[in-house]
Amino acid sequence: MTYLKNITTLQVFPDKCTGCGRCMEVCPHAVFKLEDKKVTITDKDRCMECGACEKNCDFGAISVKAGVGCATAVINGMIRGTEPDCGCDGTSGACC
Amino acid sequence: MKFQALNTPDKRLSPLVTAKPSCGCSVAESLSAREAAPPFVTGYIRAKTGDMPVVSTILSSRDKWETVKARMSTFRMSFSVKPGLYAVGAPDENSDVFVTANYKMSFDAVRSSLNGLNAWIMVLDTKGINVWCAAGKGTFGTGELLNRISRTKLAENVLHRKIILPQLGAPGVNSGEVRRKSGFSVMYGPVRAEDLRKYVENGHKCDAEMRRVRFDIIDRLILTPIEIRQIFAKFHYFALVVLVVFGLTPDGIIFRDSIMKGYFFLAAGLLAVFAGAFFTPVFLPFIPFRAFALKGWVAGIVLFGGVLYFTGTFVSCNIFLIISAMILFPLLSSYIALQFTGASTYTSLSGVKKELKIAFPVYISGAVLSFIFLIFYKISDWGML
Repeated sequence: MTYLKNITTLQVFPDKCTGCGRCMEVCPHAVFKLEDKKVTITDKDRCMECGACEKNCDFGAISVKAGVGCATAVINGMIRGTEPDCGCDGTSGACC
Repeated sequence: MKFQALNTPDKRLSPLVTAKPSCGCSVAESLSAREAAPPFVTGYIRAKTGDMPVVSTILSSRDKWETVKARMSTFRMSFSVKPGLYAVGAPDENSDVFVTANYKMSFDAVRSSLNGLNAWIMVLDTKGINVWCAAGKGTFGTGELLNRISRTKLAENVLHRKIILPQLGAPGVNSGEVRRKSGFSVMYGPVRAEDLRKYVENGHKCDAEMRRVRFDIIDRLILTPIEIRQIFAKFHYFALVVLVVFGLTPDGIIFRDSIMKGYFFLAAGLLAVFAGAFFTPVFLPFIPFRAFALKGWVAGIVLFGGVLYFTGTFVSCNIFLIISAMILFPLLSSYIALQFTGASTYTSLSGVKKELKIAFPVYISGAVLSFIFLIFYKISDWGML
């Protein structure tokens, strides 16, 4: 299953990549592959912007605006004027 | 060196039994170890820095029933275990350390899949939230991991410097920072706890399949009770409005009219919930379009239109009422389906924002339009048209 086309904020900077493969290890949707020891994106539309790759890249070779794709959280954020918030910390009972 | 197994721990040494492990006030603790220990603790093991609880790797019927409850109800909001270091089998200083969240369903998945192994389980304080969700909000994160490594004195209890994290914890953890600050290097294990044994047998390697998140029909089906429940928590507001609107006559609110004329909208509401919170999630890949809002609308219009057609409601019912319902209920189903993005495993924040940007104005204008037709219906029902 793939979500909306051409929407992800994922970017790679091959010049900074050392080919360590950490991003391929953490990506839950196999978005990356190595080509000539540099990371490339195989299918951009599979990215769900979880942010694991960016967070675990020691070389700053990946950037993505990470977040959780949850409509309830986005709506909560719109109502309260904050960042998306799924309300998991409270007692609301609604959580991802 | 093998650590010694114990039946009763020294309370001063056990991080689980003492109420506050780091304050040194545990001697005053009045509860006996047996009373305080949760049912899945089968004994204790004397590690370097304390007596660590040994947990069963076989889930009891109670564990299983609690999991069912957590899948169905708000019980899941208080379904947690105490953070700390637990033992599986008879681990020693060279045994693997598996990290997990303190949501009990996560903890149960890990301990049951380590059956037959000797290992440590380090439970982080994620406020009772599962690994992936907690990683998304950062509670399963670098800070708590470093904190838990130091509070469990992990570096004294094991000789190696490796910790195995669930892959889905990665969005919250900066493994480079963990290595620099604690000396422990992070290894990412498989996505699913059930693959842990295979991961260990493979020499701590995951194959491609173990790294992929799936979203099979069973995965989706199991999420629907909570989806439906969350909608029904608000359904009485809808029911109240329906009963008032349909009961409203020039002579006041007539209760008989509320039921006799409002049942159509109430039934349609139930059908919209079914379409959005059950049908759409279960048949997700088979419903056309990528956007969840569109999938939910399609499911709604097909199911609702189908029911109206086969029950002959199209001909027997007031035309304004039909138009009002045909606008409102597929949109309601669409809105409910959109909520399922939160439970799905492949939607992105940018995508959901885009969906909402387009869908929200449609929902508002649809609701207004539907209400206008409902007013036409009321006027004709009162014989003024």
